[in-house]
Amino acid sequence: MTVQVDKGKLLFVALAFGALALFPFFGGKYGIDLVAKIMIFAIFALSLELLVGGTGLVCFGQAAFFGIGAYTAVVLSPESEAASLLWLLPASVALAAAYALAVGALSLRTKGVYFIMVTLAFAQMAYYVVHDTPLGGGTDGIYLNVKPEIAGLLDLDNPLVFYAFTLAVLVATFGFLALVGRSRFGRALAGIRVNEQRMRATGFSTYPYKLAAFTLSGGIAGLAGFLFAVKDGFVNPELLSWHESGAVLIMIILGGIGHLRGALIGAFAFVLLQELFKSEAIFGGFAKHWHLGLGLTIIISVALLPRGLVGVPAEVRRRLFGTDMRRSEPMGEGRDG
Amino acid sequence: MDLATFLIQCLNALQYGLLLFLVASGLTLIFGIMGVINLAHGSFYMIGAYMAYALAPIVGSTFGGGFFSVLAVGLVLSVVFGYVLEWLFYSYLYEREHLQQVLMTYGLILVFEELRSLLVGDDVHGVPIPPLLAGSITLSDVQQYPVYRLFISGVCVALALAMYFVFTRTRLGMMIRAGSTNREMVQSLGIDITFLYRVVFAAGVAIAVLAGMVAAPVSSVYPGMGNSVLIICFVVVVIGGIGSIRGALLAALLIGIVDTFGKVLLPQAAGVLVYVLMALILLWRPDGLFKAG
Repeated sequence: MTVQVDKGKLLFVALAFGALALFPFFGGKYGIDLVAKIMIFAIFALSLELLVGGTGLVCFGQAAFFGIGAYTAVVLSPESEAASLLWLLPASVALAAAYALAVGALSLRTKGVYFIMVTLAFAQMAYYVVHDTPLGGGTDGIYLNVKPEIAGLLDLDNPLVFYAFTLAVLVATFGFLALVGRSRFGRALAGIRVNEQRMRATGFSTYPYKLAAFTLSGGIAGLAGFLFAVKDGFVNPELLSWHESGAVLIMIILGGIGHLRGALIGAFAFVLLQELFKSEAIFGGFAKHWHLGLGLTIIISVALLPRGLVGVPAEVRRRLFGTDMRRSEPMGEGRDG
Repeated sequence: MDLATFLIQCLNALQYGLLLFLVASGLTLIFGIMGVINLAHGSFYMIGAYMAYALAPIVGSTFGGGFFSVLAVGLVLSVVFGYVLEWLFYSYLYEREHLQQVLMTYGLILVFEELRSLLVGDDVHGVPIPPLLAGSITLSDVQQYPVYRLFISGVCVALALAMYFVFTRTRLGMMIRAGSTNREMVQSLGIDITFLYRVVFAAGVAIAVLAGMVAAPVSSVYPGMGNSVLIICFVVVVIGGIGSIRGALLAALLIGIVDTFGKVLLPQAAGVLVYVLMALILLWRPDGLFKAG
């Protein structure tokens, strides 16, 4: 999140969203479904980027908010008629944000790795509540019988409508977070990331800022969860598991921390790499060992791209022309800046 | 719950806690001394368990002997493996951001898991308990306690004592402790810190592999066994205080007790209890029980 508008970045983001808008015209049914899923993960990743890249708080329990958003959508939907999107979506976001508020209020007492683990602990609690109580259908999960709609206007059962709606939500989230990054609030968060001590010395009470960011992030994760539940029409406890929290963290690290478009690139790269290595057309019988290719790709990317995929152009420039790139803002870990 | 059952559960809690301690001690060492978040540590445990299964026929035919020669061969292999792994991958991670370490070690988990699948397959295997330790101790008319579980606890206690001795009473331990406080200073005093780190890492790997090998006859050997151990070990490390071996021991025993008795007394909530415990402890002491000093 930089202050000046960089033309290259703006162009990249505009092209990316333009391509996503045009994709349904030649994507095919499977492609549309896949890209819609990736866009949902991109929203999810953006929510975490606000915390990790924006504020320097590494949350390892983001799946809980995602899962709560998803479960709310299914549990609150009436059995045999369509719920109105107008209240169901805000309800999902609000419940996820409410849980984030409670978790944040407690876990922000801790720092660094301890914070990572406390957020994991609260996510695991939510996981076991969903997993072991009849509230959410237990381990089997539950189905969403009729997808929500705005009567006569928006029917999310139609894959194309759903795709367009998801893209709109993604663009809105991205734009919103870009604005947040430029606002006084966002600059305060960046200050906390770089040096919380100094922020306090300059008169900021940092705790409410961090709590607000955490709650906002939880709400956005809930929004992504809502979309996920509506897309598949099915939720199960695995949505809240730590694997999911880990996957979204991997996405933003892979993409490049500290940049909103890193979350976007990371979500696409991670899911598309999975699809690539799972593809039997390319790898034949070896496709069932797809983890190997994914793992090696991740290791190579760490070795070659210390700043994630976002850093590729700068890295290429450095290797080709030997020009020293300017260091991007350091991320996380509360180091002195 | 009668006395014999209570005693059995206590022994189970102790054995589980000590085993967790073994895996977690390597994790807290690597974290506390080198500052590397090693997500692949659970994989070392998994590799150990699979070694106990896969090495048995090979070792049996070349060296003869049973379970104990497998342990010895596995231990040697794991030290070499840890040493090479540090040299190839981890030595590049020291200067990197924590999150880059997370990413690379996550990649390593995927690779190890898939190599395991390629080499040994995805089936669940049992490992026989060595005949020497196959007996049980009679506690009451109907209740018995297997000797092998006592053996696990014994191995863990012996290793814990050995670690304590090395750290506090030897020159090597002194250098390691100094290296964790100030890497540059130790280096300028003429100590080869690169080699030292490599040794510590290899030791951490070897301990996790040993834990996996020793646990294999009880837990059986199955895909994904490393991941469940990994998360619970991070819980142990964090509750104990990062870098503190003493804290890891206490936290591991605490978790052993809570988990074992939770499964007996509150089976509906057994899974969540450990995390409730962690949240409570960290809210009470945000730096864990023992902050590493």
